[in-house]
Formats: sequence, structure tokens, C-alpha cells
Amino acid sequence: MTGGFTTAHLFYLVHSIWWTLVLSALAFVLGSIGGFGVMLARISPRRWLSRPAMVYIEAIQGIPLLILLFIVYFGLSVYGFQVPALVAAGLALMVYTSAYLGDIWRGCIDAMPKPQWEAAECLSLTRWQTLRLVIIPQALRLALPPTVGFLVQVIKMTSLASVIGFVELTRAGQIINNSIFQPFLVFGLVGVFYFVLCYPLSRWSQSMEKKLNVGNR
Amino acid sequence: MSAIVKLGDVYKSFGSNQVLKGVSLEVAKGEMIAVIGASGSGKSTALRCIDRLETIDRGTIEVCGIRVDDPKVDLHQLRREVGIVFQSYNLFAHLTVEENIMLALRHVKKLGRDEARRVAMKVLDQVGLAQKADAYPEQLSGGQQQRVAIARSLAMSPKVMLFDEVTSALDPQLTGEVLRVMEDLAKDGMTMLLVTHEMAFAKRMADRIIYMHQGKVWEVGSGDMLDAPQTPELRTFLNNGL
Repeated sequence: MTGGFTTAHLFYLVHSIWWTLVLSALAFVLGSIGGFGVMLARISPRRWLSRPAMVYIEAIQGIPLLILLFIVYFGLSVYGFQVPALVAAGLALMVYTSAYLGDIWRGCIDAMPKPQWEAAECLSLTRWQTLRLVIIPQALRLALPPTVGFLVQVIKMTSLASVIGFVELTRAGQIINNSIFQPFLVFGLVGVFYFVLCYPLSRWSQSMEKKLNVGNR
Repeated sequence: MSAIVKLGDVYKSFGSNQVLKGVSLEVAKGEMIAVIGASGSGKSTALRCIDRLETIDRGTIEVCGIRVDDPKVDLHQLRREVGIVFQSYNLFAHLTVEENIMLALRHVKKLGRDEARRVAMKVLDQVGLAQKADAYPEQLSGGQQQRVAIARSLAMSPKVMLFDEVTSALDPQLTGEVLRVMEDLAKDGMTMLLVTHEMAFAKRMADRIIYMHQGKVWEVGSGDMLDAPQTPELRTFLNNGL
């Protein structure tokens, strides 16, 4: 009644990694753009910008990603927008990622010494010039390790997209398991694949942290 | 006498802490004025108010004809007239010495790269650090960093320069090299207002010395004032060390 694990299955799994990567890249790139905007709004001296950004960050951080996925996928379809699963998952992940990256980056900007702002201000640089030429280039060093660390989270979180039927690595594993029922083998393999994707990034993040000596500052 | 900096009855509080209680002073063109006083006497705050790093509660401040106390003051304009150097140097760590100086020249004064580099080399030469143009701030000693900070301010050709305890973080030897740069500046006729603990330097170089005490200008005079203080507060301050 159940067949064995064949190379066709393996090929199917490996192929589905591609979609995990596509979804991760989509979430990360769009989320970064959104997160940059959120960060800018959050550090703005204008309260009508910083307040909504704060509320946005706190609201999104307080909602499970799965619920965001349901809201986008099922919610939009009620209003007649039948979005493909990839688009829905990308959208939900983008919203989620933008809130977290916005907050991480806000923290890095805040960590820059205030006299750096003052020195630039006294040289007549505008706020935007100061941010672009003085603050962000220095904050980047600080931001890189946690950003890469969050990318690892994003890759793992794309597995939730399987729930709305998007065939990425996890969903592909489910489909194979449904036909051959070898959960240990199949999901073990899926786990290994995730690990192979994530581990180098984690190590990279760690080594950067050590090199920049961020912890000791 | 044409005053470049003019403070009239300036009041400033941080919360319930009144830091400036009616400070009035004038700095004429080409003058070098040293402000001395115990910590907490308001001298640094007064300096920061002049460049509008702090806003004042009451009174008037005028710099090169610009009303600094006006809420709508053109900060851009003000800061092209005023250069300020801080105790903590505040160089941009991700840029080389030359790039630190060129940054504002390029993006504020909109000079071309070559022209900006030419100005940078000129001011670096002035502070004796032309050979360090390509070094990063962390590769320099404190004294060298402070001289670069002075050069960075100088490059914008300000009409008046403010120095906020620029040698307080340096050991005596490094203090000497920074003071020599400031001495040269004064000889070139730069208008300078400096908050300092270097009494000998103040006495030797300053046209006038202002002693601040409890948020007020307590005593003003020439270098001799340090030998013959008129007020008991200044006498105590001078005896208490330094």
C-alpha cells in the first residue's frame, strides 16, 4: 500500500527548495524595503510618522505569522481578490519581515552615539544627509549580524506557507509523505535541507558578530 | 567694536535645573576669549546655545547678525558661520581623515572632488597632519584626532570658532600639540571662544577671560585677572587646584 522513497521523490524535494528560496528572497527583499521605510518613520522627529510606525511594529510583532497568512490569503479572497498562494505568502511575510527589520534597524540607528549626529549637524549637513552619509554607513556594521540572523528565521518561517497550499519544501514533504507514509525519512530529509540552507547563514552571522566585536562594545 | 557673537541676558534651564541665569557677553571680531569656571557653572551650555545645539528660554543671542534665539532661525546659515569642536572629537569613524574633512565641503558647499581635496589638504597642512590624510580616526592619537576635528571645522571657513573643552580628554603632551594649533589660529586672526581648563594657556593667549559661576558671568578681565582675582569665588576656584 505504501511505496518506497525513490529518486523521483528526492528530485521533487530538491526542486521544491527552489520555491522556498524564491519565497524567502521575496519576503526578504520586499520586507527590507518596507522595513527601511518603517525604520525611517520610526526615528522621525515627526510624531505623526513615528507613532503609526511604532503601532505598526508592535501590532505585527504581536500577531502570529500564520494568522497574517490567513488574513491575506482568505481575507482577500472574500473581497474577490483571488491571489495566488505565492503572492499571499509573499505579502504576509513581507509585512511580518518589515516590522521586525524596521525595529532591528531602528535599534542600530539609535545605538549610534548622539555626538555623531551633532557633529554632522554642526557641519551644516541636513538630517537626511547625516543619516545617509554618517549614521547609516556606521550602523550597517551593527545591523548586519542581526539582519542575517533574521534572514535565517525568514527561511524557516516560509514553511508556514505550506498551510495555504503553496508547494515549497515543507509542502512537498507533506505531499510525498501522504503517498508513501515514511514521515521519519521524509521530514527528516526536509529538516536536513532546511539546516543546510540556514546553517551557513547562522555561521556567517556569528563570525561577523565576532569580527565586529559587537558584543563587547 | 563690531561684535560677532552677542549674548544678552540669556536664561536656560534643563527641567528644574537652571543652568544659565542671565548671561551677557560679547565677542569682537578677531578676539580670543577663554571661558573658565567649575563644572556645572554653565560654560559649556552657553557655548552650545551659541551654535543652537540647545535652545534658550529667555534672552537674545546674535551671531554674525543672525538672531539665534529666533525659532525660525536658518540653522544652515548659522552653522556655515560657526565652527565647533567638541571634547570627544566626534570624527566619523568610517571615513578617512581626508574624507571626514571633504564630506561637508562636498555635500554642503557642493565643491567638486578635486577642489574639496585641495581645501582638505590645506587645512590638514595647517594643523600639521597632511601626512595622515588617508588614515582612519582610530589609527590616530587623541591629539591628532582633535587636530583633524579642528581642521574639519576650519575647512568650512567659519567666521567664529567655538571650542568646548577640546583638551580635557588628552594627556599633557597631546594637549600641547592641540593648543599650539589653536594658538596659530588665534594669530591668524580667527575669532575664537573657548571653554577650557588650561589656565596657563588662557592667561597667555586670551584677549579676555570670562569666569562663570553658578550660571552667571562672575568676573571678566585680561590674563592678569588670574593673578589678582577680584571676587572670592574666582579666588577659591583658582586655589582649588589646576
